Amino acid sequence: MKFTLSWLKDHLKTEADAAQVVAAMTMAGLEVEHVEDPGTKLAAFTVAKIVEAVQHPNADRLRVCQVDTKDGRLEIVCGAPNARAGLTTIFAPIGTYIPGSGITLEAKPVRGVVSNGMLCSAAELETAEESDGIVEIADSFPVGASAAQALGLEAVIDFEVTPNRPDWLGVSGIARDLAAARVGTLNDLSVTPVPGKFACPIDIKVDGIACPAFSGRVIRGVKNGPSPAWLQARLKAIGLRPINTLVDITNLITYDRARPLHVYDLAKLVGTTIEARLGQHSEHGDEHLIALDGKTYDLTAEMSVIADAGGERPIGIGGVMGGESTGCSDETTDVFLESAWFDPIRTAQTGRVTGINSDAQYRFARGVDPGFMVPGLELATKLILELCGGEPSDAVVAGDIPAPPKGFDFDPAYVKALAGLDVPATRTVEILEALGFTVEGSKVTPPSWRRDVEGKADLVEEVARIEGYDALPSTPLPATARAIGGVLTTRQSRARTARRALAAIGYQEAITWSFTARKTAELFGGGGDALIVANPIAAELDCMRPSVLPGLIEAAGRNARKGFPDVAIFEVGPIFGGDQPADQRLAVSAILAPHAPRSWTGKSGDDLFQVKADLLNLLEELGAPVGSLQTAQGSANSWWHPGRSARLQLGPKAVVAEFGQLHPAVLKALDVDGPIYGFEIFVEAIPEPKKKAVKTRPALELSALMPLSRDFAFVMEKARAAGDLVKAVVGADKALISGARVFDVYEGPGVPEGAKSVAVEVTVQPRDKTLTDAEIEALSGRIVAAAEKAVGAKLRA
Amino acid sequence: MTDLLALETDLGAQIAAASDANGLEALRVAALGKSGSISGLLKSLGSMSPDERREAGPAINGLRDRVAAQLAARKAALDAAELDLRLAAERVDLSLPAPPRRKGSVHPTMQTMDEMVAIFAEMGFDVAEGPDIEDDFHNFTALNFPPKHPAREMHDTFFFNPGPDGERRLLRTHTSPVQVRAMQKTNTPPAAPWIAQGREPPIRIIVPGRTYRKDSDQTHTPMFHQVEGLVIDKGIHMGHLKWTLETFISRFFETGAVTTRFRPHHFPFTEPSAEMDVQCDRSGAEVKIGEGSDWLEILGCGMVHPNVLRSCGIDPDIYQGFAFGMGVDRLGTLKYGMPDLRDMFAGDTRWLAHYGFSAFAAPNPASGLS
Repeated sequence: MKFTLSWLKDHLKTEADAAQVVAAMTMAGLEVEHVEDPGTKLAAFTVAKIVEAVQHPNADRLRVCQVDTKDGRLEIVCGAPNARAGLTTIFAPIGTYIPGSGITLEAKPVRGVVSNGMLCSAAELETAEESDGIVEIADSFPVGASAAQALGLEAVIDFEVTPNRPDWLGVSGIARDLAAARVGTLNDLSVTPVPGKFACPIDIKVDGIACPAFSGRVIRGVKNGPSPAWLQARLKAIGLRPINTLVDITNLITYDRARPLHVYDLAKLVGTTIEARLGQHSEHGDEHLIALDGKTYDLTAEMSVIADAGGERPIGIGGVMGGESTGCSDETTDVFLESAWFDPIRTAQTGRVTGINSDAQYRFARGVDPGFMVPGLELATKLILELCGGEPSDAVVAGDIPAPPKGFDFDPAYVKALAGLDVPATRTVEILEALGFTVEGSKVTPPSWRRDVEGKADLVEEVARIEGYDALPSTPLPATARAIGGVLTTRQSRARTARRALAAIGYQEAITWSFTARKTAELFGGGGDALIVANPIAAELDCMRPSVLPGLIEAAGRNARKGFPDVAIFEVGPIFGGDQPADQRLAVSAILAPHAPRSWTGKSGDDLFQVKADLLNLLEELGAPVGSLQTAQGSANSWWHPGRSARLQLGPKAVVAEFGQLHPAVLKALDVDGPIYGFEIFVEAIPEPKKKAVKTRPALELSALMPLSRDFAFVMEKARAAGDLVKAVVGADKALISGARVFDVYEGPGVPEGAKSVAVEVTVQPRDKTLTDAEIEALSGRIVAAAEKAVGAKLRA
Repeated sequence: MTDLLALETDLGAQIAAASDANGLEALRVAALGKSGSISGLLKSLGSMSPDERREAGPAINGLRDRVAAQLAARKAALDAAELDLRLAAERVDLSLPAPPRRKGSVHPTMQTMDEMVAIFAEMGFDVAEGPDIEDDFHNFTALNFPPKHPAREMHDTFFFNPGPDGERRLLRTHTSPVQVRAMQKTNTPPAAPWIAQGREPPIRIIVPGRTYRKDSDQTHTPMFHQVEGLVIDKGIHMGHLKWTLETFISRFFETGAVTTRFRPHHFPFTEPSAEMDVQCDRSGAEVKIGEGSDWLEILGCGMVHPNVLRSCGIDPDIYQGFAFGMGVDRLGTLKYGMPDLRDMFAGDTRWLAHYGFSAFAAPNPASGLS
């Protein structure tokens, strides 16, 4: 919503300047977006008078003028046909940037005569789109006066109107709030009815659905044409294009009182009835209308349609835009003036469907004051009679004007209770009354234009914002019983631990979109219909992600394409298995796209097992029962390398994580070079740690006896898991064996085809006495037996 | 006896001249070995008369001890020289690079969120969560957005196609639906254990999470992060809201110099509603908090609307309270100076390295936030 200070001052008696008005608006809740001051742009331009204008010696169309300027009398070459002695106009000195032509003035000869500046046209000053000759202004302005002042340009205040305050879409509403905030006093601009001279020849019919209430009247014998300069200037100042007096009057009242109107050319109406009804659908489809914007719109059964010819011919979309067929022109002499009330929701829907966002549609969609429907008609009548002449009929009103808001009980003490603000009850009443509320005893009734006010909390806001939020106290929150031992849940703590732990071991945290492309989601087991975003921001972000991995892989690809292929990144975030709340899970996912710089030491690690180590390390930090996790190889999902990936699970339905190398075909589909390794942890699958009553740990028992180690070389089938062998070895004597670790794996000569040799170092921790050779021998026997039983391993000969 | 002296002088010279362990060992054997020169002299003592022995014994023994000591000293010197030589040969060029190790980091948005949680945890707030895919009731209706109201359109909502029940699910446009989940007591437990459960007042929670609006430019991304706050109790008023947010802002920006102001605004789910601005300097390329005379809007807040309390089964005549919502990414960029919000979610490793935080920079009231 835009307005100028002079317009505001029609409604508000005030000495405040634009800056003071803006400050007061801001603190009353009218959020000023910006103030456009044309004076800033035209600061270098000033008033000047042409003293003499003679023909240029070398050019037919140029004149050489002697001009009195703020810099004294200057010789200026001018090509405008109206450059003549005695003319008062606008002067720009050398060095000035001319906004309309985009050039900066230089002192250079024009056909041999040096021009010491420039006399400007409206187009060059950007106060009009085109102009014929230089600006002509009143002689009363002295030489050197500012151009902005001479041209009547003033600052335009543009502010955001929140949806609850449609009354701010008129300057009168802004003035009312500023008066309540003591910026000035309201002028009495109440409207008196204009008596009709004859019965209205047009009947109005409303159905109560398409349009609840409709008023109108005929005015005969008007003279249309360009509106007076003051009206044009007022509209132009806020960026509206003057059209003709009748239309300009309706636009003026739209912005002045937030009251949209429409004027029909009576001669173009068919029949004697105007009807407001819903759009009609026949076998030929929806009816349609060519609107004032020249475009054709289908009129659906949800829209309010204004029709003449016995309701047969659509002549307007109610509250949105009139039809071309009945619009006013300069030749119009008799008019029908409409001031109706259209339903906000219907108008909003019609705006969405048609894409029309007219000033009327914007206001009706937010809610126009029903109480000003008839006064709006009277005000428009008065202005038309003043500016166009003519003779009004009686005003006719059809339908039921929506009832004003109901009153309710309000105790001024509630201001203190809800806002903490000390305001005397008398001041509370004063503020409410200044805003148009009626206060009778304990009952407060909102005015007809404040349909947003439903209860006492709304009144507290009114009082607090007018009194000023600066006055609110700053009151410490009451002390509260604090959660013992921190406020985070296990899941929240695990997310934080994962983040810090992964950052500590060299992964960078990224955040990628929760949505991805459907075809990408499909590669990772997602892409179901329920997770397709119907109105995505971009086609490649149309599906909720089933996994964090694709987002990370694509980020790795982007980095590689920029020349930074070594990527180790992770993300802690949601993944979506369906559209229900329980389908959302928290994933901790990381990828490693190793392109580490070559090292002079010549050593490099095994990235796949590095990722496994990082994963196990992290799971341990997160409190997962790492010792109980099964490594289920070959069962990981299809986006993993089938031979180089596994699940870590507590059971087939309790998958804690998947890890390994990403499938080359998936990387190819994502246009990313491999290999890439990674893991994805499903945080909810990690069991909740056992709640312990005390924090003390079990006593530490350290054996005084030296541990000893024995090596075993087993031969086993290649396909069997070495992990199972180790598990069997450790299980051979849980009391004595404290650890076992594979230190060599060998296939080749000396080992049968299809088998592998796995060397295991077993650590034995004697408990209460050193072991005898015989005892060690017996333990070895149990280890070998267990290995054979579990995985068919035999000691290597 | 002159023989002994000559022998000692001769051995001494030979020991001093020995240049390696082997030569020295040969000298030891020649002097002190079984058939060594000094061993021979010692053996000759047996054939001497007691008088001769009394005189020659100490002399020969003394000679043996001195030579043994010289041998030991020379051996130590030779060992030390050999070690020096070996160590000199073991020299490496320590200007060579150490094996590369990747440097990890925490994303600035998550660091910012952790800071916020730390500040509010100190003030007694719990952390509640809710799903990203919401229904119309939690995201709008229960929050006093009337059906078809223009305020809904201002949210630029992402929708899913209507489900079997005909209802369109949506991506939450704010974290406020979790307010509803935390306030509304139901007979059934939440769909998942991590989702906030309805509880009786007093309620004091913050809600960090991802939010979504269909918007993309330098200061808007279709996905962003919010932290919502909710306090419900008897007697909570706007003064408490003001104190809470003023305290938060000064702790968050880690300066006592930050000036804030409250401005009336409109949100359907709060009444009265406000926006909070911080004073800043916007004249340069980056916004400076705590300087200048400009204002920057940083969050929205207000007293929870009685209709919202009612829709959650809380009597607004008994309980009242406040709510606020702030953009985590935005506050993070203000504090740490990232120029373009869209870079936050691009995963550029150079950006992550530059704007990221050390794993050990976890916000902690003892060491400070950042």
